[in-house]
Amino acid sequence: MTATVSEIHVCRIDDLTPGLGAAALVEGEQVALFRLDDGTVHAVQNMCPFADAAVISRGITGDRGGEPTICSPLYKQVFSLVTGECLVTMDKEPVHTSPDLTVYPVTVRDGDVLVTVVRSL
Amino acid sequence: MSPERIVVVGAGMVAQRFVQTLRERDVDGRFHVTVIGEESYAPYDRVALTSFFSKANPEDLLLGDQRLWNDSGVTLVRDARVARIDRAARAVTTDAGESFPYDQLVLATGSSAWAPPLPGLDLPGVFMYRTLDDVAALQEWVRSRPGHGGPVRGAVIGGGLLGLEAAGALQSMGATSTVIEFADRLMALQVDRSGGEALKGLIERMGVQVKCSLATDAVLAGADGNVGSLRFNDGSEQLFDVVVFATGIRPRDELARDAGLALGERGGVKVDAACRTEDPRISAIGECAASEPDAFLSVGLIAPGNSMADVTVERLLGGSSQYNGADTATKLKLLGVDVASFGDAFAATPGALEVVYSDPFSGAYKKLVMTDDASVLLGGMFVGDASAYSQLRPMVGSALPGDPSSWILPEGVAERPELELPDEATVCSCNNITAGSVRHAVNEEGCHDLGAVKACTKAGTACGSCLPLVKKIMNTELEKGGFEVSNALCEHFAMSRSQLFSAIQVAGLTTFTDIIDRFGAGHGCDICKPTVGSILASIYNEHVLADGRAALQDTNDRVMANMQKDGTYSVVPRIPGGEITPDKLMVIAEVAQEFDLYTKITGGQRIDLFGARLEQLPAIWQRLVAAGMESGHAYGKSLRTVKSCVGSTWCRFGVQDSVGMAIALELRYRGLRSPHKMKIGVSGCARECAEARGKDVGVIATEKGWNVYVGGNGGFAPAHAQLLVEDVDDATVFQVIDRYLMLYIRTADRLQRTAPWQAEYEGGLDAIRDVIVNDSLGICDDLDAHMAHHVDSYEDEWKAVLDDPERLRQFQSFVNAPQEPDPSLAYVVERGQRRPATGSERESMLADAGRAL
Repeated sequence: MTATVSEIHVCRIDDLTPGLGAAALVEGEQVALFRLDDGTVHAVQNMCPFADAAVISRGITGDRGGEPTICSPLYKQVFSLVTGECLVTMDKEPVHTSPDLTVYPVTVRDGDVLVTVVRSL
Repeated sequence: MSPERIVVVGAGMVAQRFVQTLRERDVDGRFHVTVIGEESYAPYDRVALTSFFSKANPEDLLLGDQRLWNDSGVTLVRDARVARIDRAARAVTTDAGESFPYDQLVLATGSSAWAPPLPGLDLPGVFMYRTLDDVAALQEWVRSRPGHGGPVRGAVIGGGLLGLEAAGALQSMGATSTVIEFADRLMALQVDRSGGEALKGLIERMGVQVKCSLATDAVLAGADGNVGSLRFNDGSEQLFDVVVFATGIRPRDELARDAGLALGERGGVKVDAACRTEDPRISAIGECAASEPDAFLSVGLIAPGNSMADVTVERLLGGSSQYNGADTATKLKLLGVDVASFGDAFAATPGALEVVYSDPFSGAYKKLVMTDDASVLLGGMFVGDASAYSQLRPMVGSALPGDPSSWILPEGVAERPELELPDEATVCSCNNITAGSVRHAVNEEGCHDLGAVKACTKAGTACGSCLPLVKKIMNTELEKGGFEVSNALCEHFAMSRSQLFSAIQVAGLTTFTDIIDRFGAGHGCDICKPTVGSILASIYNEHVLADGRAALQDTNDRVMANMQKDGTYSVVPRIPGGEITPDKLMVIAEVAQEFDLYTKITGGQRIDLFGARLEQLPAIWQRLVAAGMESGHAYGKSLRTVKSCVGSTWCRFGVQDSVGMAIALELRYRGLRSPHKMKIGVSGCARECAEARGKDVGVIATEKGWNVYVGGNGGFAPAHAQLLVEDVDDATVFQVIDRYLMLYIRTADRLQRTAPWQAEYEGGLDAIRDVIVNDSLGICDDLDAHMAHHVDSYEDEWKAVLDDPERLRQFQSFVNAPQEPDPSLAYVVERGQRRPATGSERESMLADAGRAL
């Protein structure tokens, strides 16, 4: 199986407000971007697996035992921003299969925010 | 097997208790119960009869959960009087000739009012005081009296519990009241001579005349043939327009007598300790029963009847519990005066010592009865201030540590020792739960918070007055067991919301970073960030999206709209008091049409527009703000709406301008951030069309002004609001609500609504009233100033955002495509408007789109 890996320019780092998420359209996929107070930038899928709506970017960032997290705004599930793993399910089942979020590698180069998407062919 | 048939004759409070206990305990459905009552109402709270005047309709007095009467195992027959019992055929027959067969019969016929055989009892204007219909007839009579240049003059004969209730009722109807008592003091069954004196003094301060040691000889007619005056045994006469007899009750035992059952010496159906009459298939409970232990029954108390009901249910289900006489401890509030007595209040125990405190200034009288060595508490009596009652009553029979006088001296004079209740002490007298059961729930059943203890033991689930005590016992046990009593907000803050509120206020901090550095740890989370955001908004009333605060706000506050299930938002402009001009209505319609928003009227008399995308919100608000509208804060943990009826300006029944009041309140408290959402209602008369008592604050018009009710909630755990102040003017309405809301905002837990806050506040509503009406904590100036700051610094949040390009940037759909709609949204049309497609609808739409490609 082959795959293409591409780095897509999404925005400037200054377009992102620390602590607040933002949604981006990357090659037709909805991605949620977070610039945290410590300067790191994270990207995960914007669709919430529990709400089946594109809302993750509008959740609240924070940490659970030091792990940076995002809390979905509709039913309050908590996900790791590093691994995408769902840490708190709020006793709910995901609508489709996986309760976890897809994580996208992010690079900040010369103030440009670049998201890496992998597409299998 | 078909269930056994129980027939209950009488549908009063004791019958209600019987049915409720039976339905709770009879889990296998062994019994079907039919309750036959002669009144038109389901069982109501006779003890609260007087409050009929301050409540809109009899339904407010109905007892318990009305769903009980819809249970398939329960039949309630109203307006039916049982005429006879046929013991041989095991059936009862009503006046109308209807017959009800039984396997078990329970007599709960209660008692009827009794008046001494005096001339003139049958004159128009003479009333008894026993049933709702009595009270309604009395009210109608007082209302319809032609004026003779002054208020209607009322006399109450009998100075016991019911007599004082009746005197209060007359006063609340606008009549004067004079209480005439044959004995040397009021409430002779509950208080001693000195207590009676104190009570007389306090009641006279309330404007009620009291005449003791005076017997009535006759009721005399006036010139119009109605009641005109009373003649007394000292030969004197006094003019009255209405006379109420509250001279005692007699058991209603005629059915039993006619059926040949044995009666007690003073009347009442004779029963054994298991509440069985001579006939093993017939039981009798409540005031119609004559039980050995209660040779001297106190009138008008519900506790004995409740115990008898429970004993009977237990026996019918095969148990063997016995009725050993009820705890006659009483705590009453009559005409605003506390009267309480418990245990051996009259010091009948040989050698008993009485420790007495009497305060001629406040009028209070307090007494403790101790054993001869002053070590063990035997009983007590309180008039005017019963604040120590709930702590002391469970201690009867136990050693009272420290100096007993510390309990009756004014608070603060002497330090009161900490009490450790014995296991057998009753904590919740409604459901008869002991301190031991609460401890057991904490230590053995793993109940570590108040909700769990309540669910497990049922303590505090009826009147709730014991909740502070239950909580205290629970916390003591948790501490003993090495459990940390945690009121930590989350893993980042070890303090509760109210502690954090004071900490932030005292330290004057304004940013989350400073606050978590100083008082917390880590980076915060979805619990503490919105809490801090709300506290900052409550304290400083600065914009929710100001300086980095957007990242703190919960889902809805963050964009000042309500997120719906598909991630779009609904928009609610403020419509103060529900009043709106046609012009504004047209603007709302145009906006809805232009943006294709699903439109629905809300429960709070406003209009909700659904399906707005994030990037559309500023354009929508641009239109609404330009037309003079503003944010309705439907998204905030803040004041939502003030619902009103149309009031005296149009309604032929209204007595005050409820719309004007509602608008004034809504404009005063708009945007006020709080621990949870808050709603207010204003009704223009006692019919209460605005359903104000279901709101956090309910304002209901009276002839003289407004009654303010607090702590009503709909939602998950509905609660009726409780009366805070009566007949106050507009300025006082604002003042007490200002203080109530501020106290709530400062001291409630996160997401705690007013009803549970009020119930769990130490000392309950009485203590809250003391803080905000009597300024018992000396914080009223501060509360007033805080609210004044809120009112003065209010700005429309949406207008402020439209004026600020930086904040507008938060309303882009995508950082790299700011106006591109979310491609995952899909809608279908239903009843002429769009709604989000369901999962399967969306999949088939996507499949269709795929085929089209």
